[in-house]
Amino acid sequence: MVNLIWVFLAVSGILYAAFHGTMGEVNQAIFKTLDDSVMITISLAGVLVFWLGLMKIAEEAGLLNGLARLFRPIVTRIFPEIPKDHPALGYILSNMTANMFGLGNAATPMGLKAMKELKKLSKSDQASRSMITFLAINTSSLTLIPTTVIAIRMKYGSADPTSIVASTILATIISTMAALMIDRYFYYRRKRVSRQ
Amino acid sequence: MISIWLIPGVILVVLVTATVKRIPAYEVFVEGSKEGLNIAVSLLPFLLGMMVSIAIFQASGAMNAVLSFLTPFTNLIGFPKEVLPLAIVRPISGTAALSMTTEVIRTFGPDSFIGQLASTMQGSTDTTLYIITVYFGAVGIKRMGDALKVGLLADLAGIIASVVIVTLLFS
Repeated sequence: MVNLIWVFLAVSGILYAAFHGTMGEVNQAIFKTLDDSVMITISLAGVLVFWLGLMKIAEEAGLLNGLARLFRPIVTRIFPEIPKDHPALGYILSNMTANMFGLGNAATPMGLKAMKELKKLSKSDQASRSMITFLAINTSSLTLIPTTVIAIRMKYGSADPTSIVASTILATIISTMAALMIDRYFYYRRKRVSRQ
Repeated sequence: MISIWLIPGVILVVLVTATVKRIPAYEVFVEGSKEGLNIAVSLLPFLLGMMVSIAIFQASGAMNAVLSFLTPFTNLIGFPKEVLPLAIVRPISGTAALSMTTEVIRTFGPDSFIGQLASTMQGSTDTTLYIITVYFGAVGIKRMGDALKVGLLADLAGIIASVVIVTLLFS
């Protein structure tokens, strides 16, 4: 499906440009994006190198295990396939915690580590049940304190920049629960189909 | 603000705990970091590929065409048309969504209904396409199963939840 979306975006964009005379803009955008993506990767590299280094220390010091043990009752219910003492749980929890506080930059490295651990568990190049659940939680966003948005609101003179914290938390809770239910629905549908 | 203290706090706790437990912190740090570098390098093709496609779609004007095509339908169900572009772009491109949110807040004011709605939406959804690209790219998942469908539906749930909650709280 991602193959189709990828091709569709590029092909429909080029065809649209052909009919609307925006090919110059498309050309420019292509080369600008090549630069941009390298810049993003480089800045992502800094974040990844730093946090994975720090997380390695946290892991060896037993902090990730501690975190995993603390929230085990909740997380094992969301991820029934992951063994109770598996390091993936620790990374998933650090990813969720970082997301909750709006530290997107710190959340990504831990999310990637979690994915690597999940891949070790599934040993296949197909997305496992736990991976899809993990992505669903991530895409529905767990933000409790949307720092970037608050900063923008301050910049444009909001009388109460943090007034959206309550609505964001409520919306996040609902969307995360919905994501989990949607994920469960698709899981049981897959199971039904594979049994037939 | 709590987020200013959070990162230095995490670093402090990790380093102090490691020292107490007699772990060679710096050596372990370097060992773990190397993996970060490998992940970053292996991500570039996935990220670059996806970003180029999105950029072509945006720069050609096709994205705007899709948006203006959809506006009448969303007007029918009473969805505020000012935030529709944001709702559609949010799963596709994080930077585009952020600049749209900024634009909406600048135009309508941060404390208007539209401004509150855009703020909430920005905070309660995430860039699904980016997350899927990066997370699956990093571990070489080729068959994504239902991941994209689940992710996009979760975004839709977040957008609907934002509209309902902001309507209840602010209007």
